Amino acid sequence: MTSNDAVAPTASTPAQPVLRATGLTKRFFGNAVLEDVTLELHPGQVHGLVGENGAGKSTLMKVLAGVHQPDEGTVEIGGETTHFSHPIQAQQAGLSTVFQEFNLLPDRTVAENIYLGREPRRGPLVDTAAMRRDTTELLDGLGVTGLDPDRTVRSLSVAEQQIVEIAKAVSYDSRIISMDEPTAALADHEVELLYAIIRRLLDRDVAILYVSHRLKEIFDLCDTITVLKDGQQVTTQPAGELDEGALVRLMVGREMSAFFPEPTPGTEVGEPLLTLSGSGNGYVDGIDLTLRAGEIVGLAGLQGSGRTELVESVFGVTPLTRGTLTLDGETTTIGSPRQAIRRGLALITEDRKAKGLALSQSVLDNALGVVRSVFPGRTGEARSGMPGVLSSLEVAARSLDQEVQFLSGGNQQKVVLARWLSVNPRVMLMDEPTRGIDVGAKHAIYELMRGLAADGVGVLMVSSELPEVIGMSDRILVMRDGRLAGELPRGAAEEDVLALATGADEHEEVVA
Amino acid sequence: MNALARLRPTRLTSTGIVYLVLVLVLVLGAVITAAAGRNFFSSGNISAILTGTSILGFIAIGQTLVILAGSLDLSVPYVASLASLLGGVTMAGQTGNIPLAVVTALGVAALIGLVNGLVVAYLHVHGFIASLGMGLILAGYLGTNYKGSAGSAPRDFRLIGALNIGPVPLSTLIMLGCAVLVILLLRRTRIGHHLYAVGGSKDVARLSGVRTQPPIVLAHVLCSVLAGMAGLLLLARLSVGSPTIGTQGGYDLMSIAAVVLGGTVLAGGKGNILGTLGGVAIFAVMDNIMGVMQLNAFLQDVVRGLVIVLAVAVYARRNADLRPARFDRSRAARHTPAPTTAGGAA
Repeated sequence: MTSNDAVAPTASTPAQPVLRATGLTKRFFGNAVLEDVTLELHPGQVHGLVGENGAGKSTLMKVLAGVHQPDEGTVEIGGETTHFSHPIQAQQAGLSTVFQEFNLLPDRTVAENIYLGREPRRGPLVDTAAMRRDTTELLDGLGVTGLDPDRTVRSLSVAEQQIVEIAKAVSYDSRIISMDEPTAALADHEVELLYAIIRRLLDRDVAILYVSHRLKEIFDLCDTITVLKDGQQVTTQPAGELDEGALVRLMVGREMSAFFPEPTPGTEVGEPLLTLSGSGNGYVDGIDLTLRAGEIVGLAGLQGSGRTELVESVFGVTPLTRGTLTLDGETTTIGSPRQAIRRGLALITEDRKAKGLALSQSVLDNALGVVRSVFPGRTGEARSGMPGVLSSLEVAARSLDQEVQFLSGGNQQKVVLARWLSVNPRVMLMDEPTRGIDVGAKHAIYELMRGLAADGVGVLMVSSELPEVIGMSDRILVMRDGRLAGELPRGAAEEDVLALATGADEHEEVVA
Repeated sequence: MNALARLRPTRLTSTGIVYLVLVLVLVLGAVITAAAGRNFFSSGNISAILTGTSILGFIAIGQTLVILAGSLDLSVPYVASLASLLGGVTMAGQTGNIPLAVVTALGVAALIGLVNGLVVAYLHVHGFIASLGMGLILAGYLGTNYKGSAGSAPRDFRLIGALNIGPVPLSTLIMLGCAVLVILLLRRTRIGHHLYAVGGSKDVARLSGVRTQPPIVLAHVLCSVLAGMAGLLLLARLSVGSPTIGTQGGYDLMSIAAVVLGGTVLAGGKGNILGTLGGVAIFAVMDNIMGVMQLNAFLQDVVRGLVIVLAVAVYARRNADLRPARFDRSRAARHTPAPTTAGGAA
């Protein structure tokens, strides 16, 4: 294991970086997702890493953490060049990463999770008393009180789980901790708690690499900011030289409007199809929204703001328990996805591999999945029309019998679309419809959305990609902390969406 | 709403529920037995119930280990049969042969468990399939080599199956001794902690620097050894080894049922031995009551089946909604419109 003494603050001058990455390049299948990135982390300082989705932030963190190996470039820690092939080696060298997805065992206790793989022993037995004591000390050192080391992680709130995750990283005596959107799932008051923890870490001369979409946090915490765009390093500057506007321009910095198709001529916004008023359940609250025929409404917000929960609630996955839902002018309730589908709703799920497709089944079986189970009488008709639907979507598959797991992400998503098109929905709920697919397929999906709108379908699209939200939406609803934070018209600026999503400027608009 | 100060109402743990149910079943047993004009808590009846727990107890403890590690062992009844035969034949009625016979039977059982464990951990064959295959192989071996009962246990060995200390049978005490050792293993050794971790999530375990194979192999070895001990106990009771004694008991599925009834999650990573012992005890008490009521054997199976399914349904309901809610549920309750949905409208 690493001796932590080597980096006693007296020994190193502030100018001495604890980590230096030089010329890092990472390619996946020939595409560079990270190109020639160079950065330095200093003890007691926070280095902010910002960029849009897909800019390469997570890849950079994973390369530093030893999850991926760089194709070019070097990483030096404490002056020594490293070659990590596993995250454990990085941890032993003093670099811990708090990943976006939780790496905790929900049914084990806080103490058991923090010391997993390094349980303290007395003789041959695990010293559970010491483990508990160490956990309490560790949490005290972070200024966290009242978190019982014996509670199971499952019983903790998301914020508490995040704290356990950070405590685990700290427990490795790390000199460097990188955090990938640690506040994504936290409410505002919980973020303060995280700030306090980070400040304590800085007092101990830990170096922090901090990824966040919330620009306010970046300016609150960071000494230096690196902006990535499309895998390239746009700039690295002291935070004091930048402001939010400048940062957003550096992050966006390109003209994308031509990429998004214009509304199909003749598209008319008609009667309200779906209206929610005062709706809510355990995950969302106070939702007032109207979706009209022929309209594409974007649903923006940070990760964890409740966008997915909202569309799933409308679709009956977690039914709404408060407020009224009006469909085609008729007040009703939707208690299950099956009811939703029967009433003309469709949901393209966020995670197509887990929730959208049966990966080991054929293209045809997947495309007919919804018709068969909900409208069995229409299966024959849908089946005979399916080759036409699939070819109009330009699905590149060897045959209708090919298993969908062998298709590219974009083609898989088109199969998902085909299965919904075959039931002729009136309301299309789309959760991250272009996540993880190539540019060509993205464009095809945009065209399809315009076509649906022209046919009088109402489209509600959740997206984390701001250019997409702005380029496609007739109106933009922004969510924050499970509620609608405001509404913006077509063509709003990214800054305005971000401001509503983060609550950066507190002028909350009431959604009409 | 400070996240750290927010307290959740303490809920009964799964093990708590198991023992609550056990108490209910005991009360039920006392009432029914009293109605039949007998004393449920007579030392004879207590002894009979405890005797009923020991064989299934051994196997269910082992099964708990394997299930916690995220695997499954369907070969246990065949291991038990083989152990009874190897023990009986090696003893051949001679007291002096007992140590060798026990070592042989348990050694072969351990070897079988080792093979199961290695196949699961290194060849990534699911335990269900690996042990199903192993069970078939053993069934074929037993059918080919043993046409019926074989061997003979000397009197001294038969005492293990017959001796009581007060109302408690010696065999039950040995079983409980094994349970204590396994509990110690799970709670107080690194490999025990890692066994939970591997069963909960292999990825998380690996990312935390845990070697994921040893806990799986260990669980399978111990499971087989415990099944071997059950086989030796059967030998002590019957005084001969039998190639069908394990399958007759249906110990593969009954042990899994006892484990699940005891609150251990079939997918692994969550559960404990105490719950399993409670599950075994519930089965034993139920069998005793049904014996008093003179239910026919088929009806007894129906009751067992209902209890298992009901128990798992209760656990599933408790675990259904795991995503922490952002908004207060009490509010939701107040504003909830009638939950009846117009499902038939479409």
